Amino acid sequence: MIKKLFTVLALVASSAAMAAGPTVPLDKAPIDLTDKESLQRGARIFQNYCLGCHQMEYQRYSRTFRDLGIPEDIGMETLGFTANKVGDHIKNAAPKADLANWFGAAPPDLTNVARVRGPDWLYTYMRSFYADPTRPFGVNNEVFPMVGMPHVLQELQGIPYKATETRLVDGVSTEVYVGIKTDGSGELSTEEYDSAMADLVNYLEYVGEPSKLESRSLGIKVLIFLGIFFIFAFLLKKEYWRDVH
Amino acid sequence: MFKNLMSWIEYRMPFMEKMNLHVMQYPAPKNFNFWYFFGSLAMLVLVNQILTGIWLTMNFVPSAEGAFASVEYIMRDVEYGWLLRYMHSTGASAFFVVVYLHMLRGMMYGSYQKPRELLWIFGMLIFLVLMAEAFMGYLLPWGQMSFWGAQVIISIFGVIPVIGDDLTLWIRGDYVISGATLNRFFALHVIALPLVLVVLVFLHIIALHEVGSNNPDGIDVKRENNGEKIENNVSDKFTFHQYFTKGGKKIIVDAIPFHPYYTVKDIVGVVGFLFIFCFVIFFAPEGGGYFLEPPNFEPANPMKTPDHIAPVWYFTPFYAILRAVPDQLFGAIFMFLAILFLALLPWLDRCPVRSVRYRSTLHKANLVNFCISFVALGVLGVLPATPFYTLLAQIFSFTYFAYFGLLWFYSKNEKTKPLPVRLS
Repeated sequence: MIKKLFTVLALVASSAAMAAGPTVPLDKAPIDLTDKESLQRGARIFQNYCLGCHQMEYQRYSRTFRDLGIPEDIGMETLGFTANKVGDHIKNAAPKADLANWFGAAPPDLTNVARVRGPDWLYTYMRSFYADPTRPFGVNNEVFPMVGMPHVLQELQGIPYKATETRLVDGVSTEVYVGIKTDGSGELSTEEYDSAMADLVNYLEYVGEPSKLESRSLGIKVLIFLGIFFIFAFLLKKEYWRDVH
Repeated sequence: MFKNLMSWIEYRMPFMEKMNLHVMQYPAPKNFNFWYFFGSLAMLVLVNQILTGIWLTMNFVPSAEGAFASVEYIMRDVEYGWLLRYMHSTGASAFFVVVYLHMLRGMMYGSYQKPRELLWIFGMLIFLVLMAEAFMGYLLPWGQMSFWGAQVIISIFGVIPVIGDDLTLWIRGDYVISGATLNRFFALHVIALPLVLVVLVFLHIIALHEVGSNNPDGIDVKRENNGEKIENNVSDKFTFHQYFTKGGKKIIVDAIPFHPYYTVKDIVGVVGFLFIFCFVIFFAPEGGGYFLEPPNFEPANPMKTPDHIAPVWYFTPFYAILRAVPDQLFGAIFMFLAILFLALLPWLDRCPVRSVRYRSTLHKANLVNFCISFVALGVLGVLPATPFYTLLAQIFSFTYFAYFGLLWFYSKNEKTKPLPVRLS
């Protein structure tokens, strides 16, 4: 009886894991928050390509500069084009109501996007645009079908399309979908584009939780302290309880 | 000098007298096991919630326009704000973990049985207030799940006939959840409910110390003194407050003073707990998406319903019961009954033997049934309500309630094992 119940529970748990998340399998984003150069490259892509429409309403330039090891004067010159002061939030001057009209929905704030969607989703999403003439901006997205966002990085990636190959399936030659390819008109090769997107997602992951590295290094110290404290607490208890046993 | 000061105080307020009564000369059974850590841990988490809560309040802005941004401000701009916030959010979940285990302990060893009924009732009231406190706290960050979770839970009150709609309006203070709701929830969360909670905890402990702690064997440590000598009684080594010995009319057997024996033991429990607690705070503050749900990192948007609204994990067993019943009103009634039956345990359980150690196999199996049902309902409560899951939720709701029905039925004439004379 109990064994049966556990089987049912295991079934429930496993189907729950499958029920969650989008239908397209997500690629693992190569996140490394200690790689400051990658974070800096990601910040540059964000400032150049994303900030036109999206903001990081809750993150200050000064915080990004400090955590990414960018001196403030250099940061303000190379990245801070929407900032008056280094303490400003990373915002744009785009008219919100117009943006909503142009794209069908207001572009979401990206401060916490990595915590809402997860880095793997973002990494796959940025590499899943494909040409679709039926859409207003000529592109659709596999991870987020009918998305209102145009393919802003087309000049880097080139024009992506859904590639098919002719293969023999059960003796019949069939067109099989093999993934998204680009026409090669972009500035970057596929590997370079993937690596640029890894940088961008790495930066978004950092902005989602700027305290993460500090949290981990403090956490290890706290756990070591508690581990040592545990030994003393246990010995103290043992010493006192001699009276009882 | 110090002695003079103490006697000056003692003359005006019985400080040491009360400390002796409740701490240094309070007889606690010597055989408390692992399960007895969770009471003191619940106190620890309560203190954690109050302290981190005070510091969070210093930077939190209780308004629909400012709440979400102020939480992000705490996370990014306030020194160690992220730590305060994670201690508080992880503390909320930890509170329910320790309280659920504390309640299970009470169920295992029959700690609710006579004469501890009132103690159990105070505990259940603490549990109710804690649920209200957690629910209102979850609205404050003003994220998507805050908003829509509150929407779902408040709408439960709307199924009450006649007054339902007016009641939800009264709770929200508006026709929809709005800044008015946020402000009143803030007031209740930081002042009203914590005060009630602290008073109830005080009463819980006063009631506990009046009847004395139960223990894993479920037998009394205070007995009538009929002059008989009791062999190897560890209690002979210690002085207990005369309040417990009633001037020699009672004899204390196999109990030890709470301080220092259980204070030093609880420190071990506290450090063990803190190890896990800190691991979550520093390395997995989202608790796998169960302590902080991903949609809650998006500001509340009344125009956009999330794909899947799930209450925080500690409500899900009751939420699953609510959803399992096809009729909304009856669903709400059953959810209420699920808690009421717990409160009625002292009267549903008619067995004279307290501890599961000396009770029938049927009772042991029934208690396992209860645990499995509760956990399964908790899992089902976070899942979407597909027909298959709803069926499972109905089955486990049935087995959950069956625990109480069966218990009432078999406990009167239960075949129990003989009780030991002394604590093991």
